[in-house]
Amino acid sequence: MFDFLKEPFIAVQEFFLLTGRALRNVASRPHYGDEILSQMDLIGVGSLPIVILTGLFAGAVMALQMSRALQQYGQQDQTGTLVSISLVRELGPVLTALMMAGRNSSGIASELGSMKVTEQIDAMRALGTDPIQKLVTPRMLATALMLPLLTILADFIGMFGGWFVSHFFLDLPSQQYWSNVWRALEWNDITQGLLKPFVFAFIISLVGCYYGLRASGGTQGVGRATTQSMVAASVLILILDFFLGKIFVSQGGS
Amino acid sequence: MPADPQTPVLRFDRVSVSFDDTPALADVSFQAYEGESRVIMGATGSGKTVLLKTALGLQRPDSGTVYVFGRDISRMRERELFEIRSRMGMLFQESALFDSLNIEDNVSYPLLNQASIHCPPEEVLPRVEEALKFVELEGTLEKFPSELSGGMRRRAAIARAVVTQPPLLLYDSPTAGLDPITANTIVALIVKERDLNKTTTLIVTYRYQDGNLVANFRYNPENGGLEPAAGHAGSQGGAAPRTVFMVLRDGRLVFEGPQTEIEASQDPYISKFVKHRE
Repeated sequence: MFDFLKEPFIAVQEFFLLTGRALRNVASRPHYGDEILSQMDLIGVGSLPIVILTGLFAGAVMALQMSRALQQYGQQDQTGTLVSISLVRELGPVLTALMMAGRNSSGIASELGSMKVTEQIDAMRALGTDPIQKLVTPRMLATALMLPLLTILADFIGMFGGWFVSHFFLDLPSQQYWSNVWRALEWNDITQGLLKPFVFAFIISLVGCYYGLRASGGTQGVGRATTQSMVAASVLILILDFFLGKIFVSQGGS
Repeated sequence: MPADPQTPVLRFDRVSVSFDDTPALADVSFQAYEGESRVIMGATGSGKTVLLKTALGLQRPDSGTVYVFGRDISRMRERELFEIRSRMGMLFQESALFDSLNIEDNVSYPLLNQASIHCPPEEVLPRVEEALKFVELEGTLEKFPSELSGGMRRRAAIARAVVTQPPLLLYDSPTAGLDPITANTIVALIVKERDLNKTTTLIVTYRYQDGNLVANFRYNPENGGLEPAAGHAGSQGGAAPRTVFMVLRDGRLVFEGPQTEIEASQDPYISKFVKHRE
């Protein structure tokens, strides 16, 4: 009767098993340091342009739209406050994570998927390497290290984008903007803004690895794995974002 | 740990494997002894590849037991399997060379990563070069798999499988998708490896010629070519090792025996694979 539930349940179980094994491997040998570094370069440095552009325009658009709302209350000079809070708490982490899901979850899924369907994963096991240790753990660690850093960068670039709009389009004094940006932030915002990308990093990397490693059926299967990983990672990020936000808001703070 | 000649190198005991309720191997039992060659034939989807993967422990049997070098691997943990696998070589169907590594790194991979191969760093390159010389691919060290032709990739993959000189070698469709001349070169390499290093060899193939070469020819170290084994016209050397033919059908082992028996078989499925020698 509940047969239709079997598949999703197995999928969730397999995902958690993969997560468990990837985490356990962090502490066990052998460590593939080179692999972590090259993935940090690929995932982190490679995402710089896309993160900078996203951050810049997200901040600019926030300033533009919020100033319109604030104008109604005659509070247009508070633009910096709104840009700052919404960027650090929400837009920075979520937009960066969504961009990374599009770029890296799918990238990881297609790379690992191609290796799976051409038997390279089997060959790896046959030649004495644990594919989770060699492929999954380094990608997970690299993303977990890089995504918070990229988010911080996106936040700052976004604030700069907000300043650009406030200064050149809204004629707000620069000093007022920056002091509002600074004063608006509380520790709660910063913690939330850094914890979120850290959690999202696990979603991005592990969802990509999960779909890649279970790809089957030739090139078509790789294509399917790529799309599924991106969709699943994006949706999970938005869902988790809500719950993380809920926890922080109910814990008090602004 | 030299195997006792009485202990089979590879033993399947009533092994069944299935994927989503579709049986891939059903109740398969056989024993392969040291130095023996086994030619495994069967239609596409008859379970040939699954059999090799089960022998390597890449696929776990649903029931039954697989013994490799006398040890039960069916319920072994992955880490324990690494030790057993380091004494086995496998050629995958589509070569399965690592795209991201060049040929040198591909061939040295088992030397550097296999659990029980303790290869001193200064010996890695010479052994890689030796393995590539064996498959006549010297000078491709820096090339990437995508830069090689299908036949060359297959040869590089053989080099990777034999570089650790494992006593048990598994070849999954070594000649699939190759032209007849290249295909014969590949089988000649397999026979050469078997006769020089006295390996136990399992070959999955759908070409009867491959089985015939394995069963009736041997490697001549003097001229570097194949020659008919003892008992055949034009033979000068010794006999070829014992060769057993196996035929799989829908996961079941429907035939196991020497070449004379497979050629005499009246079964329409089995005789389809046999092309009689001139």
